[in-house]
Amino acid sequence: MSVEALSRGNWLARGFGALGLGRANLNLRLGAAIIVGWALIAVFAPWIAPYDPITHNLADKLQGPSLLHPLGTDNFGRDILSRVIYGARIDLQMGVLGVLFPFLIGTTLGAIAGYAGGWVDILLMRILDVVLAFPFLVLMLAIIAILQPGLTSFYIALALVGWVSYARLVRAQVLVLKTSDFVTAARSLGFGRFRILFRHILPNCIAGSIVFSMSDVVLVVLAGSSISYLGLGVQPPTAEWGVMIAEGQNFITTAWWITTFPGLAIVLMAFGFSLLADGLAERFGLRQP
Amino acid sequence: MSAPLPLLQVRDLAVRFRAGGVGLPGFGARYVNAVNHVSLSIAPGETLGVVGESGCGKSTLGRAILNLVDAQGGEVRFEGDVVSSHDPSSIAKLRARAAMIFQDPYASLNPKLAIGEAIAEVLRVHRKTQPEKVAARVAELLYLVGLSPELAARKPHQLSGGQCQRVGIARALAIEPRLIIADECVAALDVSIQAQILNLLMELQRQMNLSLIFISHDLGVVRHLCRRVAVMYLGRIVELGPTEQVFAAPQHPYTRALLAAVPDIDPDRTLNPAQLRGEPPSPLDLPTGCPFHPRCPHAQEVCARGEAPMLRASGTRELACHFDLPLNSQQGEGP
Repeated sequence: MSVEALSRGNWLARGFGALGLGRANLNLRLGAAIIVGWALIAVFAPWIAPYDPITHNLADKLQGPSLLHPLGTDNFGRDILSRVIYGARIDLQMGVLGVLFPFLIGTTLGAIAGYAGGWVDILLMRILDVVLAFPFLVLMLAIIAILQPGLTSFYIALALVGWVSYARLVRAQVLVLKTSDFVTAARSLGFGRFRILFRHILPNCIAGSIVFSMSDVVLVVLAGSSISYLGLGVQPPTAEWGVMIAEGQNFITTAWWITTFPGLAIVLMAFGFSLLADGLAERFGLRQP
Repeated sequence: MSAPLPLLQVRDLAVRFRAGGVGLPGFGARYVNAVNHVSLSIAPGETLGVVGESGCGKSTLGRAILNLVDAQGGEVRFEGDVVSSHDPSSIAKLRARAAMIFQDPYASLNPKLAIGEAIAEVLRVHRKTQPEKVAARVAELLYLVGLSPELAARKPHQLSGGQCQRVGIARALAIEPRLIIADECVAALDVSIQAQILNLLMELQRQMNLSLIFISHDLGVVRHLCRRVAVMYLGRIVELGPTEQVFAAPQHPYTRALLAAVPDIDPDRTLNPAQLRGEPPSPLDLPTGCPFHPRCPHAQEVCARGEAPMLRASGTRELACHFDLPLNSQQGEGP
């Protein structure tokens, strides 16, 4: 290998290092690339999308993939490619926000339960058992139905239901770290409970939750799509992949592209987050590569 | 010689842990009696060694003094004030003046925190330094324990065990303590590093007039370092006195056995024959009477009955035995 190639390799490595990907593995890079790709598509949707995602154009309805409409059109003549591109905005937001709130709530409650112990722990764990006793989707549907169908209700329902996984995960870790030497050392130095919990214990047990949250994004996007499909989430005519699949199902035998391409978009995004989760797990040393 | 007011007084301290048994209170619960009726005191600037075999409760004693484990009985007084687990302010006051150094230098540092930050945090929590002077004080503390201030940005895993232990000492010193409890603080280090850390501790102790409770199973180190020594067996202090006297003329049969078991580097000598029969009894199920009687070569009938003998004065030291020892030919070897 020539000297230039070597130094270029170093330059690349330094670039990855600057991005925090110094020892990054293939999973992490590929996953990050896919998610960044979707994020760019979402941000620049108005410039990328060739057509308006909402306006009907009945003259062009149910056309198969062509040069004019690369992914075809639906029964209202809307361009599928444009709708998939705009759908990325909603679905990415759903994935991120739908995980963020449960993550924050679950991590905090789990950490408090594990660290406080006693009746606080018992109370929180019994509430958790109650939530877990219901099937996930049934409880989600019930809460959304009580509120009112829509994206906001979806987030609220997820926050109420989704925190349990994070709480359990973090609580178990906190229980282990609570008796570790460095926590005892922090106590012996007279540090307060909140300082010990949030500055010493949590940073050392958050990695598992972050990895889990990445795979959780996949579940949340699928749940969001399912709930939109059932008519309780994102409302038509908004472009959202789950809604698109629901709308296209009547035409599945005659116009397969209406459901297939949004379905592939979901798969590709889920794939990206899964890779990211695997890569992060490796990175944090939670799993052997 | 007038006795100075003790810095720390421990009276009748008892710690027990639950072991096994079902969750319901009172059903099948068994307790490990880790520390039983321990009393000791330490004067300002004094060094007290606590020795004993593994599991004798010496580490638990250290932790109980700082209220890191709950005591089931007894009393700890620091600078004359009672430290009670029911009074958070008394604990805060104690921990602002007394620090602990731990056995495992890596495990006792937060792995995510740079060591400079770990020291700075102590300064900030205890408001020891004005915010703008924290960095300078951290550098000063690192220098004091023999580390280059340039290491401040390193994480614990980037340092050696000896360096981590120095960080632990720097953190303890950051609170400007009167008392340091060193819990097996060199046991995990290489012998050459041990000497460095011990010399550092002794020097700091002299400079700052620190009191030091040095918990160790290494009798040589304790003899070298400590003015007084307490020998523990099964959660009790069996003998306590000036180090040289205790080492030169041990009175309690357990102390004698312990000292006789120290291996000697002398190829011509065979190892000492085992002094003690059997294993120490399980702390889950302590024998009646003197806890040492099942293994004691001098045990009499009285030793097996009633309560364990209390620590009582015997000349310049204290002793927990029914008899005036020594019972055999070592008589007259005293100070």
